[in-house]
Amino acid sequence: MEQLIQQIASGLASGAIYALVALALVMIFTATDHLNFAQGEMAMFSTYICWQFIQWGFPFWPALGFTILFSFLLGVAIERVILRPLHNASVLSIVVVFIGLLAIFHSLAGGIWSHTIKNFPSPFPNVTFAGSGYIGAHQIGMILVSLLMLFALFAFFRFTPLGLAMRAAAQNPVSARLVGVKVDWMLALGWGLAAAVGAVAGAMVAPVVYLEPNMMASILLYGFAGALVGGISNPAGAVFGGFLVGVLENLVAYFGNLTEKTFGIYIVGNGEKLTVALIIVITILTLKPAGLFGRTTVRRV
Amino acid sequence: MTAITTAAPVAAETSRNLTRTLLIGLLLVAAALPFLVGKSGFISNFTFLQLSLMIVYAIAVLGLNLLTGFNGQISLGHGAFFAVGAYTAAILIEHYGVNYWLTLPAAALICFVIGYLFGLPALRLEGHYLALATFGLAIAVPQMLKYKHLEPLTNGVMGINLLKPDAPFGLPLSGDQWMYLVVLVVAVAMFWMARNLLNSRPGRAMVAIRDHTLAAGTMGIDTSRYKATVFGISALYVGVAGALHAIIFEFVSPDSFRFELSIAILVGAVVGGVASLPGAVIGGIFVQFIEKYADAMTKKLTQAIHLPLELQPWTLYGITLIVLIYVMPGGIAGGLAALWARLRRHKGG
Repeated sequence: MEQLIQQIASGLASGAIYALVALALVMIFTATDHLNFAQGEMAMFSTYICWQFIQWGFPFWPALGFTILFSFLLGVAIERVILRPLHNASVLSIVVVFIGLLAIFHSLAGGIWSHTIKNFPSPFPNVTFAGSGYIGAHQIGMILVSLLMLFALFAFFRFTPLGLAMRAAAQNPVSARLVGVKVDWMLALGWGLAAAVGAVAGAMVAPVVYLEPNMMASILLYGFAGALVGGISNPAGAVFGGFLVGVLENLVAYFGNLTEKTFGIYIVGNGEKLTVALIIVITILTLKPAGLFGRTTVRRV
Repeated sequence: MTAITTAAPVAAETSRNLTRTLLIGLLLVAAALPFLVGKSGFISNFTFLQLSLMIVYAIAVLGLNLLTGFNGQISLGHGAFFAVGAYTAAILIEHYGVNYWLTLPAAALICFVIGYLFGLPALRLEGHYLALATFGLAIAVPQMLKYKHLEPLTNGVMGINLLKPDAPFGLPLSGDQWMYLVVLVVAVAMFWMARNLLNSRPGRAMVAIRDHTLAAGTMGIDTSRYKATVFGISALYVGVAGALHAIIFEFVSPDSFRFELSIAILVGAVVGGVASLPGAVIGGIFVQFIEKYADAMTKKLTQAIHLPLELQPWTLYGITLIVLIYVMPGGIAGGLAALWARLRRHKGG
């Protein structure tokens, strides 16, 4: 039982990261109808930037601040320079460009910082507290930071004029343009914010999975799964989906372990994590493409 | 005026005949190559291996072209079917002592079935969602190959070592030369079948679905059955390529089929031109060329422009992809065709 609670707790912690990645994906999707396959590699690249700042002697939080700023600008630049000219391109072209970006960031990180695995410091003090038998300090910190980010973004979109303009641009670009919203820049801003959120996710998860160019591949897949479970067009749903998928992932491993111990039959374990994510993705896409909370869109022909 | 209108089809006819003669001549030379060279070592066995790999990748790219270029479905996970084909061949040869050429139809059949089954749920998806499902497949496949219960067959992380078959009937050829011939013959057959498929009624239905799914459905085409079948056929092509790769490369392991492979196939298709059969050949050459020379090329480039960091082949891949989408969305084959058309118009006008 104790182990079960432990698994759920650490599931929530990794779920927080998936929620952040899912949120970044949803942000770009609602604004542009594109699934950003390069999101994970962009986050990984940002995490390396953060690591570099720390190597240069900055304390963790200022380093993270610089990184967020850098990632934001990078996201804006990518949208303005690379994706803007492809406004009316086919889905294949867009997907290919995303794969191109993925390849570039992946190899640049490997080229600049080498492929060796690096330690990434945790910003949270290693203290013992009431529940520390079940959950580590870093995991608590991960959940808190993620929730903080989520509330900050929620407040931004809900209560600021800029957030309102961005929502308007995403929902109805034509009418938004008519009332004077600079729709083009809102899309770029959305990309910037998504990149910034990805950077936070990367910096939070790097102490757990260690820093290396491949670190985000599986996390991105889980982020996609989370976004799909909650509904790819619904930010709150995507966050919930992220947490759900995180817990689910750990429970699958837990029960896999249990069946192996009690019945001596190995079915699933940590080695099948990605397969589990794939099955979630395909099941949701086939059975309930709109996710748990998404709206079904009806297209007029 | 009349002279021009009658001259045009005749010119087209002669030009088609010329292309056909050239193609057949080229293939004959390619097939005669190992016999002419013999054991003289003028062209090394290693070069023959490289040529074989190019042809193998061309078959794989052709598979993706059928799906993406002619049917409008995007796949980021064709490396998975390549892996299934390769493992089918390796397992049959290693554990069941099956003759290597019998493994090709086996790989084709298994990949067709798996592709068809994967295509069934996937046919409800389009565009980005299909790309996502196949993206997941590509990432998960190396893990699946390491699955504990498959280990007796797949040999886990270690992979399977094979032996290259010798030339039969006492032909004066080395193993690499013989396999080059086998690969060439298989590729010609596969391309010929693809061309016939595309020129047939189902082929036109495929293209109609790509151009306007809804309209195609209204015209009485069973779009979902077609889409799943094309997914199966596409997987079949890639599976045969995978099986050939296992045989000529003499080794399979889970880590040879990572996401990079799926990207390489996609890059080949985009570089060559997604809706073009010659494009698949160009794509195959490009994939093998990059795999072989990108390291050296990027090193030279890094030195030439005095970059403070070491460029990697993948950077070139990425930049090539993005630049091509901008300047040559039809790939090299499409670009050449456009250039040719412009020259002709220039000459005519």
